[in-house]
Amino acid sequence: MAEPEPVAQDKSRGLRRRKFLTFLVAAPTLTVAGRFGFDALTEASAVPSLPALGEVSDLGDVIRTASTPTHHLMVLEVTEDTRVRFELPRLEVGQGISTSIAMIVAEELDARLDDVDVTLSDARPELEFNQMTGASANVRVLWEPVRRMAADARARLVQAAANRWGTSTDELTTQDSAVHAPDGRSLSYGELSADAREESAHGEPKAASEYSVVGNPLTRLDARDIVTGKAMYAMDLPVEGALPTVVARPPTINGTVGSVNAAKAKAMPGVVAVTTIPTGVAVSAETFWDAMRAKDALEISWNPGSIGTMSDSDIKSELKKAVQPLAAPKVRDTYLDATFDFAFVNHAPMEVESTVADVRADGTAEVWMPSQTPIYAQQVIAETLDFDLEAVTVHVIRAGGSFGRRLFVDTALEAVRVSQAIGRPVKLMRTRQDDMKHGRMRPRYHHKIRASYTGGEVLSFEHRLAGVAVDLNHGLGEALTATLAQQGQPVGGAGLYYFNFSQAVPYNVGLANQSIQEIQLDIPTASFRSVYSGTVRTAEEIVMDELAERMGKDPLEFRREIVKANSGTTVLSKVAEAADWGKAMPAGHAQGVAYHAEYRSHVACVVDIDATDAANPRVTKAVLAADVGQVINPRGLEAQLMGATMDGIATVLQAGVHIDNGAVRESSYGDYHWTKHRNAPFEVEVHIIPTTWDPGGAGELAIPASAGAVANAYARATGTRPRSFPISF
Amino acid sequence: MPKKFKFFVNGERVEVDAEADMPLLWVLRDKLGVTGPKYGCGVGVCRACTSHLDGEEVQPCVVPVSECQNKKVTTIEGLANGEELHPVQQAWVDADVGQCGFCQPGQIMAAVALLKRTQQPTDADIDAIENMCRCGTYPRMRTAIKAAAAMPPQKPGGGKPTEQPRGNGPKQPAAQQQPQQTTSAPKPSDGQSSGGEEDSGTLLDGIGSAFG
Repeated sequence: MAEPEPVAQDKSRGLRRRKFLTFLVAAPTLTVAGRFGFDALTEASAVPSLPALGEVSDLGDVIRTASTPTHHLMVLEVTEDTRVRFELPRLEVGQGISTSIAMIVAEELDARLDDVDVTLSDARPELEFNQMTGASANVRVLWEPVRRMAADARARLVQAAANRWGTSTDELTTQDSAVHAPDGRSLSYGELSADAREESAHGEPKAASEYSVVGNPLTRLDARDIVTGKAMYAMDLPVEGALPTVVARPPTINGTVGSVNAAKAKAMPGVVAVTTIPTGVAVSAETFWDAMRAKDALEISWNPGSIGTMSDSDIKSELKKAVQPLAAPKVRDTYLDATFDFAFVNHAPMEVESTVADVRADGTAEVWMPSQTPIYAQQVIAETLDFDLEAVTVHVIRAGGSFGRRLFVDTALEAVRVSQAIGRPVKLMRTRQDDMKHGRMRPRYHHKIRASYTGGEVLSFEHRLAGVAVDLNHGLGEALTATLAQQGQPVGGAGLYYFNFSQAVPYNVGLANQSIQEIQLDIPTASFRSVYSGTVRTAEEIVMDELAERMGKDPLEFRREIVKANSGTTVLSKVAEAADWGKAMPAGHAQGVAYHAEYRSHVACVVDIDATDAANPRVTKAVLAADVGQVINPRGLEAQLMGATMDGIATVLQAGVHIDNGAVRESSYGDYHWTKHRNAPFEVEVHIIPTTWDPGGAGELAIPASAGAVANAYARATGTRPRSFPISF
Repeated sequence: MPKKFKFFVNGERVEVDAEADMPLLWVLRDKLGVTGPKYGCGVGVCRACTSHLDGEEVQPCVVPVSECQNKKVTTIEGLANGEELHPVQQAWVDADVGQCGFCQPGQIMAAVALLKRTQQPTDADIDAIENMCRCGTYPRMRTAIKAAAAMPPQKPGGGKPTEQPRGNGPKQPAAQQQPQQTTSAPKPSDGQSSGGEEDSGTLLDGIGSAFG
């Protein structure tokens, strides 16, 4: 194992030699002992299916492989005033990653949680593929290196104390950020920090049975900042002289500027500059109000957009043409065909897209932005400005939500262009209307499924879908293609890799086959929380219910019979019991169930729906049971499963984006009907199955299960077969 | 033409030059540096900017500054009493509501206003809250609102929980001696007589129990 080196030798970041313990993680051994989705097959009588690629090696494994070579460049510090600082090369989008990582560090270091600071790292190109936030892979990827790093730090601190006292390390214990001797003496980590950096001891991470922090519910460490308004987002940063800037945008998707008359706008109060950029016309002013008013006073003629006058119906037709034909023979009358359509969905994070940029005359630039891919951001910003990479600093600022939106750098590029043009720092913010009409979206999809069965068994399951291509050119796509190319995988598009490494039918359904055709349409798209699974697995869960009905089986029992993984059986059984599956319900009410496995995790969801008014259904209760391996923070996990359930409700029942004549119809939350209080269940129960596998992913996990459960509950309550989503569109 | 407007923000007297129709949100954020209220839509539908004007819930993105003349504006920054959180803020922490956190200042101000209007809000009252939360924290917000509602009535000078967070005691009088500090200044009476800003209250057992 390579010797960890003090970070002071890392000249690339210009750090001065420090006296306290600062080191890089010991080169970790890549643990490949992660379980497979089908780790332990259930002894079902169902016709077994071969494992799909995503069950053998999934996207998270690929990302871990891609990021491992630079794990040793991550930085943990123990300062002389006993602060433990970890520079997190990820974005906090609200999913609690900072809290989870602080818990892992505190656990392995025996540090007080109050002493641990987790900060978001600036873009560090040397980290290569280890500074991307996505694919529910954060904890999966960071768990092993971070706990090893903290265990090593603890071992060195203990060694330093042993040297100081002339004792053996065996006699010493650690607790509350200090090393303790049997005779009652103790030294704080701060007091030992300088000595410890001369040590080279290695520590072993604890066994799960020894945990006192990891696995115990903890309120987010930033909860108080959130409730007091102290949490700062990009637009709240006091960057000296940064001019509020908004951009006039075309009426159609990707329309371009024809001619501009800015005379009236420039004469308005507070206006400092008007700048034409590739995506529109930017107005920089003393306040956002000044900028917005002047923007409305611009006279601009616009060129047509990138999809002409296409509307939803045209795109749907294109997708129907593109989807591959079903190949399985229609054997006798024992097959089930179903087609599904899913509308475009906007990410619509609460914090609109925003970036602070200061491009200086000396050829340097500093950018503050919420970015899931800061290295990529730094690269494209440098290219855009024609600067050296090192001349661009990208500070990663917490995001007011993401759901995939912060993978891209669109807004930052606008900000740096304006700042460069006017020679002033700017804070560029999209309006909500900008974000809706020119935001990126989960693409529209068309699905065809054919399942054949005989007696009580499913013999084949064929799933063909077509969608508008999802844009993966944000660094993560590059990580995939580069890593897989190195492994000798055939060269393919990132989308194909993404699909194949993430999709699997988690049941024994005989011959199972899923494939996608993506059509190229110049519409801004991006991965949306749960990416392909959001529609693929939702559609499949609906078909599972209909298959059960055909065979005269209870839908939950049917799933338990054919689910591949033992963990699947466990979560289905747990959710059946907790939700009182099959309970008597009044007319117009029903329960629905669905299951999903991905990211080495499993979740089952049962919802109760009140559809007595079929046009305004209300999910009244949701019960989830999840097995995600070793849980770091059950309270955070519960929040993720709960939040994703709200997404499942929205995308199935009422939230979608219309394309009319080359433009997005919706403009704000008034007409884009994401879940609100009145759509949310009164009760959400989360049951976590205690297991100690290496952590699986959980941030996106609950979307297909909740969406499927909602669709199935709605179908049962109304006696309909929903095929197009959202149902109310 | 810009005019002078005088009003109070979180107990502090402020004076700004602004056009009469400039929304309070941008006066707060861009002229006064008060960034707790967030921009999320600009048309009063997402309600991330929700604050109080003379104790009533408003959306500063659609309130012109001219309507604030001589009135009292309370934003999320002015809700706590120094280090001591408002009971609704404390209920929010106890239920671990926040995720990305962006909408939460507005959510909390809306919940405080609801509890002022209705001491024991029903599920229908909570359903009527329009504030958007894209992370989907609604079930925990519901728990937190009910927990805050169930706190015992506040008695000035009494009913304090015996267990106070360490350091709160000495800090409070000190803060009161420095009324010029924006964050710790006692607020002008903004009509929240039942909002209980004077007492942290007792936090309920069972918060979060709905989540198993």
